[in-house]
Amino acid sequence: MDMNWKKSFNARPIGVIGIGSFGAAIANLLAEKNEVLVYARDEAVVKAINETHTVKNRKLAEKIKATNDPEMLCEACEVMFPMIPSSGFREVMVQFAPYLHPYHFLIHGTKGLSLNLPEGKTLENITRINREHICTMSEVILKETVVERIGCLAGPNLAKELLEHQPGATVVASRYNEVIGEGQRLLRSDNFQVYGNSDIIGVELAGVLKNIIAIAAGALSGLGLGDNAKGLLVSRGMVELIHLGNAMGGGTKSFLGLAGIGDLVTTCNSTLSRNYTLGFRLAQGEKLVDITSDMEEVAEGINTVKLIKRYLESTNRRAPITENLHRVLFEDYKVETALQSLMKYPIYTDIDFL
Amino acid sequence: MVIFDQPKDKPLTDDYIKHQYEPILPKKDEWPVVRLSKGRKEFIQQVVASSSEKIKSLTGNQVQALKEELEVTLYRERMRLKQNPWLVDPDDEASFWSGVKSSLLAIGVDQKLQESDKKAKYLEILTAITQRYAEEIASNFKHSHYKMTRRIVTFGFSRLLNTSRVKGFKSIFSNQYSLQDKIQIIGETDQLRELASKGTIVMVPTHFSNLDSILIGWTISTLGLPPFIYGAGLNLFNIQIFAYFMNALGAYKVDRRKKNQIYLETLKTYSREAIQFGCHSLFFPGGTRSRSGTIESKLKLGLLSTAIEAQRANYQAEPEDPGKVFIVPVTINYHFVLEAPSLIKEHLNYTGQERYYSESDEFSTSYKISKFLVKFFTKGSDISVSIGKAMDILGNYVDEKGNSRDRHGRPIDCKDYFIANDQVTVDLQREEEYTKKLGKRIAEEFHKINRVFSSHLVAFTAFQLIQRSNEKLDLFSLLQLPEEDIQLPFDDFMTACGKVLDEIKRLKEGGKLGIAPHLEKPLEEIIRHGLENVGMYHAKRPLIRTEDGHVITEDISLLYYYHNRLDGYELEKII
Repeated sequence: MDMNWKKSFNARPIGVIGIGSFGAAIANLLAEKNEVLVYARDEAVVKAINETHTVKNRKLAEKIKATNDPEMLCEACEVMFPMIPSSGFREVMVQFAPYLHPYHFLIHGTKGLSLNLPEGKTLENITRINREHICTMSEVILKETVVERIGCLAGPNLAKELLEHQPGATVVASRYNEVIGEGQRLLRSDNFQVYGNSDIIGVELAGVLKNIIAIAAGALSGLGLGDNAKGLLVSRGMVELIHLGNAMGGGTKSFLGLAGIGDLVTTCNSTLSRNYTLGFRLAQGEKLVDITSDMEEVAEGINTVKLIKRYLESTNRRAPITENLHRVLFEDYKVETALQSLMKYPIYTDIDFL
Repeated sequence: MVIFDQPKDKPLTDDYIKHQYEPILPKKDEWPVVRLSKGRKEFIQQVVASSSEKIKSLTGNQVQALKEELEVTLYRERMRLKQNPWLVDPDDEASFWSGVKSSLLAIGVDQKLQESDKKAKYLEILTAITQRYAEEIASNFKHSHYKMTRRIVTFGFSRLLNTSRVKGFKSIFSNQYSLQDKIQIIGETDQLRELASKGTIVMVPTHFSNLDSILIGWTISTLGLPPFIYGAGLNLFNIQIFAYFMNALGAYKVDRRKKNQIYLETLKTYSREAIQFGCHSLFFPGGTRSRSGTIESKLKLGLLSTAIEAQRANYQAEPEDPGKVFIVPVTINYHFVLEAPSLIKEHLNYTGQERYYSESDEFSTSYKISKFLVKFFTKGSDISVSIGKAMDILGNYVDEKGNSRDRHGRPIDCKDYFIANDQVTVDLQREEEYTKKLGKRIAEEFHKINRVFSSHLVAFTAFQLIQRSNEKLDLFSLLQLPEEDIQLPFDDFMTACGKVLDEIKRLKEGGKLGIAPHLEKPLEEIIRHGLENVGMYHAKRPLIRTEDGHVITEDISLLYYYHNRLDGYELEKII
């Protein structure tokens, strides 16, 4: 593609960085009203988008164009949507950093955490994991780039349903009203509602932490348990999310909104959710390695459970669902055993966060 | 390509600077503050117009809202007059506000007035109020006073100093010690001088004592910089000796009793317009003196926001050659804070309510201050002023040319922070967030350039040990302990001091704080020095060593106060 974006577009295009299933869904939503330029690392993917308007068998709108040149993307776009798994997020930001300026807006859609350890330290040889060692994606952007006006997308956004144009909604969270406004302007459509929230950390954490509960919900279904158990899990899960979220700097209110309870209910009931599927298959007796090896995209919940467990140990906090899930995922516990220990856990207060 | 060598991580130099700096703008007519005072009248008119406009837009240009704003202001001002009158208040204060009252009433009852006439009348009252405020706030810089003050300070202080240190008949004429030995200026002085001629400096020092403003004034003039303007509490003008100094140093007046929106907007407009005018400015971003003795970590953001607004306004007004605003954090380091006893008392009594400013502290009369100054200069107790690295309005470091650099040394165009849709836009909510961010960065820098003294070390360690041996007590009960029940065996104390000192040195290696050169001496000597100096002029000493070798305190609250200076470095973990 030509380096000079002006030849290819009538107006500044909106950037989408990464084109997995969610990236593709957002690119299509954006393309309803805007020119869209996608960044993909893989040249074959870029070619497929530009020539056949498809990516991994998903249909993309015809006006979506693609490039594998970060500099060109940053040159052409003022607003960009990074849609990359948390494991590769930092690396991509480092790669983009030289071309990013304070006039850029970045609105990400990644529901995961990133580890931020001092040089020479790894998860294995560090003694304590504090809040400063765990970054949400907006914190990664702040750390690695000069971009200040950052937002995030969160809420029940199952990519498959979005791609089918089913009705839905999302939250754009940012400290900056102008970022929220921009997100709403770009994404809102007849079928898609966009809410604003100024507590970006709370919204990010809601999206991240709910994946833990989603795995547990899948596991309950995998065991063949009924709806009473699901109801129990969702409400205790909510308490746990808020407990953890508050500790890490999120506000309670955000967990009661679309990004919290909205997303939680969706993922805890949907076979379309990767995290839910992971839990389901675990309960059916499959091994973690086998499940992850044949999943197309990562289930963010696995990494989240690992980090949060270490964080809990270092800060003397308890979060029973997360702790038991950790046992199942990494300590070869059976799902049944974990469930039993949860049922015996000595907490008798229904609500203690309001 | 020029490889930019990263400005960060270079620890502050310990060597203090002792040489005569040439003034960077030798002719006084070129000083921004002189230009400002020459055009004082026009400048005030500009402030009045601009702040009235701001209030107009804040009230949504609605007659009703404007009326309510005026009524609230009137009510608050009348309450203030009744409940908390001050010596400095002008005589016509009461008559002015009753005038406002009758004008407001007259508009209210006049049936014949059209809506637009009413609005015009309300705006008239608004302008009268902002005019009054702006006149009160505006500084009264006089060059002759400035010169005089500088001579008094430099001459007077160095006489006192030499009398005490150089013995013998000729001592009174000796110039062996100068003020620069007593008050050591360290850090990024060259960069500051360089940038002061390239843009507008906003200096933000920590605030522990009322002495700070004079110290900073002296520092600025020693470094050859033209005078800075700064906001000083109106209460300080109650004291004649201060009033004289303040006016001489280009102070404008901040009245903390007035919390109405019209006043606050006028004050902020004054500050913003002055920065845009090119006047180097000084804010104490902590607002008032630190009550607890900790380094400010929560900053008052009101005036800080004016630096950001001024920067944006510069980009709007002069796109070709926009003046750049540089933020320079400064810490002032003492062994001894005169007001410590009353500050810490106030902190401990603090109930969370907004209270009127208390005037009954050690700085309340000229006599007490003079007595202190004599003590200060004739006995030991050095002070150091550390100048931090200059930053832009978002807290990025700037290089020697004044260009902002990111963490990796890449250049940043600050204008980009104000751009949306390819142009500079005004977005107050955005700037509010930027202000919070800048406030956080300044607090971080304070901790980095803070200079640890022996007295901080001993106070911190002693208080931690006392707390450790009374683990069951909460802070308040701990401070209620009878002092005679507290004593620390010297050996334990020394071991703990050694540990803390090692950690402090480790932090220093990592550029996390600065230390005074006397901390390089043997531990025993450091401790002796620290015990001698910590809060040395207080009637009750925070720490002393008894003859049988114990370390005791005469006033645990004071000890707590001096201990707090090292709060926020997680040093408590290593004892």
